[in-house]
Amino acid sequence: MNEVTVFIMGKGYRVPAGLTIMKAMEYAGYRLTRGCGCRGGYCGACATVYRLKGDYRLYADLACQTPVQDGMYIAQLPFTPAERPPYVLDELKPEGATLLALFPELARCVACNTCTKACPQKLEVMDAVQASLRGDIRQVAELTFDCVSCGLCTMRCPAEISHHHVWQLARRLNGAYLTPRAEHVQARVAEIAAGKFNGELDRLVRMTRDELVAAYKARQIEA
Amino acid sequence: MASELDLSRDRLDAPFARRVEELSGENPYACYQCGKCSAGCPFADHMDALPNQVLRLVQLGDESALTLSAPWVCASCLACGVRCPKGVDIAKTMEALRLLALRKGISHFPLTPDRPCPQIALVGAFRKLTP
Amino acid sequence: MKRLAYFPGCAMKDQARADEAGTLHALALLGYEIAEIPRWNCCGTVYSLAQDDLMRHVGPVRNLVRVQGMGERRVLTLCAMCYGTLARSARFVQDPERLQRINAFMDTEDDFRGGIEVVHLLTLLRDEVGYEKLAARVKRSLDGLRIATYYGCVLLRPREFAVDDPDRPEVMERVVEALGGTPVAFPERTECCGAYLTVGRKDIVEERVERILRSARGGGADVVVTTCPLCQFNLAERRLPQAPSVPVLYLGQVLGWALGAEEPAIADLLAGRPGASEPVCSGGAR
Repeated sequence: MNEVTVFIMGKGYRVPAGLTIMKAMEYAGYRLTRGCGCRGGYCGACATVYRLKGDYRLYADLACQTPVQDGMYIAQLPFTPAERPPYVLDELKPEGATLLALFPELARCVACNTCTKACPQKLEVMDAVQASLRGDIRQVAELTFDCVSCGLCTMRCPAEISHHHVWQLARRLNGAYLTPRAEHVQARVAEIAAGKFNGELDRLVRMTRDELVAAYKARQIEA
Repeated sequence: MASELDLSRDRLDAPFARRVEELSGENPYACYQCGKCSAGCPFADHMDALPNQVLRLVQLGDESALTLSAPWVCASCLACGVRCPKGVDIAKTMEALRLLALRKGISHFPLTPDRPCPQIALVGAFRKLTP
Repeated sequence: MKRLAYFPGCAMKDQARADEAGTLHALALLGYEIAEIPRWNCCGTVYSLAQDDLMRHVGPVRNLVRVQGMGERRVLTLCAMCYGTLARSARFVQDPERLQRINAFMDTEDDFRGGIEVVHLLTLLRDEVGYEKLAARVKRSLDGLRIATYYGCVLLRPREFAVDDPDRPEVMERVVEALGGTPVAFPERTECCGAYLTVGRKDIVEERVERILRSARGGGADVVVTTCPLCQFNLAERRLPQAPSVPVLYLGQVLGWALGAEEPAIADLLAGRPGASEPVCSGGAR
C-alpha cells in the first residue's frame, strides 16, 4: 500500500496516501466528536492548519476536503472564539456606519492580506474587510456568500477581527433591506394567503396511502 | 520627577533612552530644552508633562515616561516638530513611548469609543492607541 | 482628456460623498479622465512614526502596487489623510531594504518598483490646472462668500510633504479666490482639530473645535472649508453648544458648485446669507 507519514499534533503516523486529513486522523485512531461535521466542505467545522516539510508557509484548509501529503504537520482548530455583539436586525439600518458601529475593530485592518491567504474557500477576505470598513454592505455580502464560518481568517488576523460575524450581519442586512423583492414570489405568497391552493391541499390530506403513492409516482419532475 | 537629578554617565547612557531613540529614530540628546514645542502644542493643557519635559525624562533614562498620559494626548499633529530649532521630531518620540507601553500591554485607549465615529477616526485611533 | 489614477479612500465613499461628487464634476470639466484604482484598501489614515513598524506601511504600498498595475505613474487623492499616508509611505519604501522586506511580505502581489507620485487635489489645481484656468471655468461665482480655509495638520506637516509653506500656506485661499470667494484671515487654520482623539477623548476635541470655529468666526467667515474628512467630522459633530454655528463643508463641494454641479449646501448658504441674523448651520456636509 502506498503510504505517507503525517504528524498529527506532533505525533507521526503512517497513513494511506489519498486520504483526506479527516480520514487520515480517523485511520490513525482519532474519534472526532468536535472539529468534524458535514464531511462535504459546507459546514466549516473541520478547520485545520498545517505545514509541509521545507516550506515556511502555514497553510489553512478544511480537513474533510484536503488530501494528506507526505511530511504534513497537522493541527486542528475546531473552534475560534469570536465576539458577536447582540443586535436586532429590525432595528438596524443598511447604512455604511452600521457594520463599523457593531464591529469597530474592523478599523484595525492593516491590509496584510493574511485572511485571504488563510481562506479555504478562496474568498477575497481582505477585500471584504475593506468593503466593510467603507460601509459597502452589498459588496461584503457578495464577496462572502460562500463563507463557511470556519474561523481560520479570524484566527490568523493580526487586527483581531471576528470576520464571519461581520459577514453574517452584512448578508442579513443585504437580504433584509438591499435586495429587491422578487415580484413573482410575493404574488404567489399573496395567492397562498388568499386560499388559492386550499382545495388542492385538502385533497392531498384526504388521500389514502395508495392514492398518495400513485400520485407521487405520477408527479411531474422538472428536467 | 526626581527632586534631585542624577546626571551620572550610567544614567545618561540608559538602555531606556537608547531604546526610545532606536524606535523613534530621533536623538533625544539633541534637545536643549528651549520649550518651543510645549509653547506651540495645541494639547499641552491636557498633558501631565509638557512635551519638552517628556523629552527630558527620556534624556534622563527615566522609565516613568511610560506611565505619563502626555503621549496618549498627543494627536501626532507635528506642530512641535516643524518648530523645533534642533530638528527633533518629538511626535516620533511620543509614538515610541506609546509603542513601548503598548508592547508591554499597557493601553490607555477605551474599548468603547465615543460614538458615532467615522472609519477615518477609528482607523487612526486604533493604529495609534492599540497594540 | 488627461488620464489620472484616483485613490478615493473610505470617507469619499461614505461620509464625504459630497466632496467626491463635486470634485469629480470639476475635474471632468478641467479635462481629466479620472480612473479609480481597482481593489483599493484603506490607507491607514495615520502614518506610523516608528522605525520598526513595517506592517503599517503595507496598506499604503499595496495601493501603490495597484496604481503601478494600471500602468500609471501618479495617483490623485482628495482626502488630506490619504495624501499623507500614501505620499509618506511611497517615500519610506524608497529605501531598498525596506522595499525588499515589504515585497517579500506581500508575496501574493507584484513587487512594488517605486516611482509612483502621490498628488493632492490642491497641488494639482495650483501646479497643473493653474488658478487662471480654474477661474476661467467658473460657471457661477461664489459671489464673495467669506470662506475660512482650514488646512489642519496633514496637508502642511511634516515640511517635506507639505502642499505649501507650512507656516504661511496660501494654496487653498488662492483656489477659493479663483472660484469667486473671499478667503478670511484666520489664525487657527493650521492648528490641529484633535484628529483621532475624537474616538476616546471627545472633550479635548470639543475644546479644540470651539477655538478653531471662534477663530474662523472672528475672521468673519460664512463657512469653513477643508479637504480632510476627519477635520470635517470633528468641526461639524464635536461642537459644544457655545461654539459658533459656522457650517463646515468640503473644498470639493465649493469647487463643484462653482463649476456648475448641484450642491444644495452651497446654494442654501448663498441664499440664506443676506439679511439672515444667524447664518445657516447644517452642522455637517452629509
